[in-house]
Amino acid sequence: MIGILRARLRLGHQTIAFPGGAARLPARFRGRPALAPDRCAAGCAACADVCPTGAVLGTGAGGLAIDAGACVFCGRCQEACPARAIVFTRDHRLAMRAREELVVRGDAPTLARALDGRMRRLFGRSLKLRQVSAGGCGGCEAELNAAGNVQFDLGRFGIQFVASPRHADGLVVTGPVGANMRDALRRTWEATPAPRLLVAVGACAISGGVFAGSPVCGDGLDGAIDGVPVDLYVPGCPPHPVTLIDGLLRLLGRLEGDRPESLAGAP
Amino acid sequence: MPGRLQRARSGEAVAEAAVPVLSAADYQGILADTLAAGHRLLACWGEPRPEGRVLVTAAIAGDRDPTVGLLSTLAGGPLPSLAGECPAVHLFERELAEQLGVVPAGHPWFKPVRFEPPLRPGPDPWGRTLPLAGVAGVPPFFAVEGEEVHEVAVGPVHAGVIEPGHFRFQCHGESVLHLEISLGYQHRGVERLLAGGPTARTVALVESIAGDTAVGHALAHARAVEGLAGVEAPPRAAALRAVALELERLASHVGGLGGLAADIGFQPTASACGALRAEFLNALAELCGNRFGRGLVIPGGVRFDLSAGEAAALAARIDRAWAQVEGTARVFFRAASVRNRIDGIGVVAPRLARRLGLVGPSGRASGIATDARASHPFPPYDAARLTPAVQEAGDVAARARIRRDEAAWSAAFVAAALRALPPGPVAVAVPPPRGDRLVISLVEGWRGEICHAIRTGADGRFARYKVVDPSFHDWMGLQVALRGQQISDFPLCNKSFDLSYAGHDL
Ligand code: SF4
Repeated sequence: MIGILRARLRLGHQTIAFPGGAARLPARFRGRPALAPDRCAAGCAACADVCPTGAVLGTGAGGLAIDAGACVFCGRCQEACPARAIVFTRDHRLAMRAREELVVRGDAPTLARALDGRMRRLFGRSLKLRQVSAGGCGGCEAELNAAGNVQFDLGRFGIQFVASPRHADGLVVTGPVGANMRDALRRTWEATPAPRLLVAVGACAISGGVFAGSPVCGDGLDGAIDGVPVDLYVPGCPPHPVTLIDGLLRLLGRLEGDRPESLAGAP
Repeated sequence: MPGRLQRARSGEAVAEAAVPVLSAADYQGILADTLAAGHRLLACWGEPRPEGRVLVTAAIAGDRDPTVGLLSTLAGGPLPSLAGECPAVHLFERELAEQLGVVPAGHPWFKPVRFEPPLRPGPDPWGRTLPLAGVAGVPPFFAVEGEEVHEVAVGPVHAGVIEPGHFRFQCHGESVLHLEISLGYQHRGVERLLAGGPTARTVALVESIAGDTAVGHALAHARAVEGLAGVEAPPRAAALRAVALELERLASHVGGLGGLAADIGFQPTASACGALRAEFLNALAELCGNRFGRGLVIPGGVRFDLSAGEAAALAARIDRAWAQVEGTARVFFRAASVRNRIDGIGVVAPRLARRLGLVGPSGRASGIATDARASHPFPPYDAARLTPAVQEAGDVAARARIRRDEAAWSAAFVAAALRALPPGPVAVAVPPPRGDRLVISLVEGWRGEICHAIRTGADGRFARYKVVDPSFHDWMGLQVALRGQQISDFPLCNKSFDLSYAGHDL
């Protein structure tokens, strides 16, 4: 017992300061891309050529755009660009409320809008989520689990993953929605009492990610459950736990605007 | 190994024509004999050939021979099943039937593997109507009869944040007579998407075979492509790749011990390991920007380098984190409340493990001293002289000890490698793959042996890309481990195997 306590004491306090303080992201972390289309050389499409997921939607001075919902943040495009028109910043704030908002064109951050008053009152202080893996590689699940560990401690915000959809206020879905999971996903949604939220986590759930166009998968959660829109998209492959926490807190209206303390530590 | 096989080293491409195409009887005779003699089946796959025939190829390996043996047969109809004699082939036979309609006549439990549509349209071995309507986990399930026997069905959606699978328990009271695991829910067509490559998507796709083994699969892929192109990654790249592979192992093993502690309810180790696992994931992120090592390994080398200062700082960080892991692991293995829950639970006896062809920590916990880093080493493992960690008990405790011991080796290896990175470039240019070649690439990932097999067409494109994640070999181990156990021990047993659904389902 003494040994247990000693080992515990040696570990000390583990939870990160975020959102009150810096999120301490690694120096090479690739967050929100900042684009400078005016730097593009005429006719150059080097970024689009190397992109694994077709996330570079347009190239050149008029059209350079990256779909953060398809992007796996590999940084290949930045590497390929001779003009530094694409630079990945360490800004972890990537989650959005609408699919089009995920398309990055310039270098100003967009932030996820909060739910309306009623939903905020219902879920703002306590949000229980049920997770469903619908295809995918298990990477997002690993980060969702990490978001609940002592380091990131999602529980301190009153947000928790629960065992049954019956106990949940919403579903967090990962994966491109493979044909073999479509039915189970729909049934899990139907078992979740309304009002309820639908959250897409990771490039696969947003756009199909690296599996887009697979003959045995859908291209993400949009339209996967008939007539049900997605309330929050959390990009990444997989999203960093801090990106997920930031997105959920903004959705609940508990983190607002561009306050410096909600930013990662300076690069 | 018998003389009639084509041999190749892992990562060495051979001409397609060099692989002998044997009669079905010879092919199966050799396969049965070599497996009975203690070799293991790395992979077995089919490729469509004209007139409805299927070229079936098997890759086998032994522990004392650093090569891989290759043999083929051209199947024009059913092949007699070897699964009764050599249970290690049972899932490969089912897969071959599901993907290309080669029926294993007399297979003891003939079912689809992933409930995926066939790679080439043809008569369905189970008489189902195609296209399949997205149904995994369909009956029949192996059933036990008797008045007091009851069945428990769990999944595909489970209670935790975990991937989907369906579990059917046949129980007598609390005790489990039989467990059948039905997977395929995570199927997303990886092999179909890889065929025709390499493309800009290929590396990101192999990194998504199993998200917790992104480095292992990317490395198996990179070495396969390098073999096809006839180049080798420079020494500094090889060292950084090994650092990343061992960091992945460290993160997973430390996280796995934490998961076991959580299932037992031993909170000190559960929360400590959760945080310490992050140390190793964050070390990967320091290297390449992604906590799972995505984007690091590419054919030809790696995309990121470390300065001398960065490498030294990372080494010191690993040393510090490992000292803490040792402390919390010591407490874990000593606690009586832990030992009560892990000793003698979920046993797979060594003889059975060998017959089932278990690999990785699950196999080594049951006495199978096989580790591809030792049996089929590539730089820098050829100089590292690893002795595989082995336990004999085959229970939850043995699997946990294996993971602790392997993590200890990895921590020492990573710290030393970071302090002695060879100079030079971290990547070389890779010409296009040569045509009409076959390559087998083996990497010991944290779950065990990862095998990528690529055959190129005349144009150098991937005509067939076969992936075998270690989970494919090991799910059967979990099923037999549950026999005679309390059903309430399932979460603990499951966690002790820690297998990948995505890696199995592809
Ligand atoms: S970072 Fe995103 S946009 Fe750039 S190449 Fe990678 S996936 Fe494409």
